[in-house]
Amino acid sequence: MSTHKIDEQRRKFLVTATTVVGGVGVLAASLPFATSLLPSAKAEAAAAPVEVDLSHLQPGQMLTVEWQGKPVWIIYRTKAMIEGLHKHENELRDPESRVDQQPEYAHNEHRSINPDYLVLIGICTHLGCSPKYVPTVHELGSNWPGGFYCPCHGSTFDLAGRVFKGVPAPINLAVPPYTFLAEKRILIGTDWNPGQGTRDG
Amino acid sequence: MANKLVNWFKQRFPIEKTYQENLTRYYLPKNFNFWYLLGSLALVMLGLQLFTGIFLSMYYTPTAKEAFASVEFIMRDVNYGWLIRYLHSTGASFFFIVIYLHMFRSLLYGSHKRPRELVWLLGMLLYLVLLAEAFMGYLLPWGQMSYWGAQVITSLFSAIPVIGPKLTLWMRGDYMVADATLHRFFALHIIAVPLIMIFLVRLHIKALHYVGANNPLGIDITINSKDNQTIPFHPYYTLKDLWGLAIFLLIFTLIVFFAPEFGGYFLEPTNFIPADPLQTPAHIAPIWYMTPFYAMLRAVPDKLWGVMTMAAAIAILFVLPWLDRSPVRSIRYRGWMSKMALFIFSLSFLGLGYLGLTEVTPWRTLLARVFTMGYFAFFLLMPFYTALEKSKPLPERIA
Repeated sequence: MSTHKIDEQRRKFLVTATTVVGGVGVLAASLPFATSLLPSAKAEAAAAPVEVDLSHLQPGQMLTVEWQGKPVWIIYRTKAMIEGLHKHENELRDPESRVDQQPEYAHNEHRSINPDYLVLIGICTHLGCSPKYVPTVHELGSNWPGGFYCPCHGSTFDLAGRVFKGVPAPINLAVPPYTFLAEKRILIGTDWNPGQGTRDG
Repeated sequence: MANKLVNWFKQRFPIEKTYQENLTRYYLPKNFNFWYLLGSLALVMLGLQLFTGIFLSMYYTPTAKEAFASVEFIMRDVNYGWLIRYLHSTGASFFFIVIYLHMFRSLLYGSHKRPRELVWLLGMLLYLVLLAEAFMGYLLPWGQMSYWGAQVITSLFSAIPVIGPKLTLWMRGDYMVADATLHRFFALHIIAVPLIMIFLVRLHIKALHYVGANNPLGIDITINSKDNQTIPFHPYYTLKDLWGLAIFLLIFTLIVFFAPEFGGYFLEPTNFIPADPLQTPAHIAPIWYMTPFYAMLRAVPDKLWGVMTMAAAIAILFVLPWLDRSPVRSIRYRGWMSKMALFIFSLSFLGLGYLGLTEVTPWRTLLARVFTMGYFAFFLLMPFYTALEKSKPLPERIA
């Protein structure tokens, strides 16, 4: 009995092996719980595309619809609004929309498929508030070209959703994927148009 | 018979030992003042929040469709529902008043210094958990301020590079703050976080009793009943705490009965409008006990840096015991630099708290930046001014 010797190395190996296997088990077991917190299948289904009729929208007006629970704006820009877009480019943080906040087909100077209609996700890129539509020139001061103003932390965006310099929002407002089903009918949430059979609007 | 029953328990549970260790033979310095009421008051507030919370959860419905209406149902139709709800909502504000004063006591008398660093660390952890608890509770009435407050705070995490947006989605359980968010905040607010809090409070008190309490002089004392410097917690301080509690409850119930919303500071007017995910209110501000950090966030014109400033303001509290290099604990024996630094810090914190409630103007943004610097200067310069200044000689013992 007295010659019973403890094999320290063997014990150390066993402790390490048990800890590692047990740790992996705990991690694997926690995965279902962590994953359960992600959006459910129902929440994902509610994010399905929405079809919107634009025939009643007048020039200068904005329409808000809900997609993925988020406000999506459709603005029917007037000719003056579109022409004004390039006048204040040196005041913008990202005038050429280099940051990937829009689908490829909206990556242009007016950030839309049809220059007349601007489609934006109405969520401030700073901390998620919904900015106000302030379209009138000079409404927020002498050099205000018209755009959006976030009431939470004062971020400002122009009429293409491009962020101004010196505000807390870091990047331009996002353009959701969308496509025109007809001249005055729009589908928000997907850019796949069954009528055209192509994937670019 | 009764004696026999007591004996039966005594043989099976250390009743006497527990009682003596925590009450009759827990010796404390005899010179405690007003500031030493706050620990036990915080414990009472925790108890009140747990108690009223249980009753509220019997009538509250945590769904986006019914949450707002169920709170109004509690207010109007449940017998004494208005009282239970106001005790809980006004109680939250009073809980924070007590906690802020309790924390300030540590700064005054150096209670965070060796050997009580762990007591301070556990306290700061409790403060952080309490902020989370209050934030999640504020979403439950599902008013406009609840909704957009939660939207803004969960968006803070989207500032984290790479994983931020996915993390925010994971926290919300939907693409915006939605039904899933409300439901999980409810679960965390009524079960998970309170359990963590109770556990941390137990550790906080255990650690305190192990190292012994500090005192307004900040001197080390011998724990010896014959030395005439200490008195047992019971009956001396239990009686004093009861007296303090009576005064506190007088003020608390006065507010609960006559000004439960406290002019919009304890319950914001905008929160009496049901949540509308498509429209942000014209002016949003968090509840008063979070506004100092909110003002810092707004003072920085960059998303990531703003969030980092806010996080740093809380993180820096945790390292306070190691920034303070003064040879004395209490402010009474420190030099003029420490006194001035504490004054500037207090002014900055209160100033930020006020600015966080108001709308942004260029002048106020400038002021918020000055106060933010004042807040951080207190901590970052502390190793220098506490080491440089000349402190006054300490008394030998409590007179």
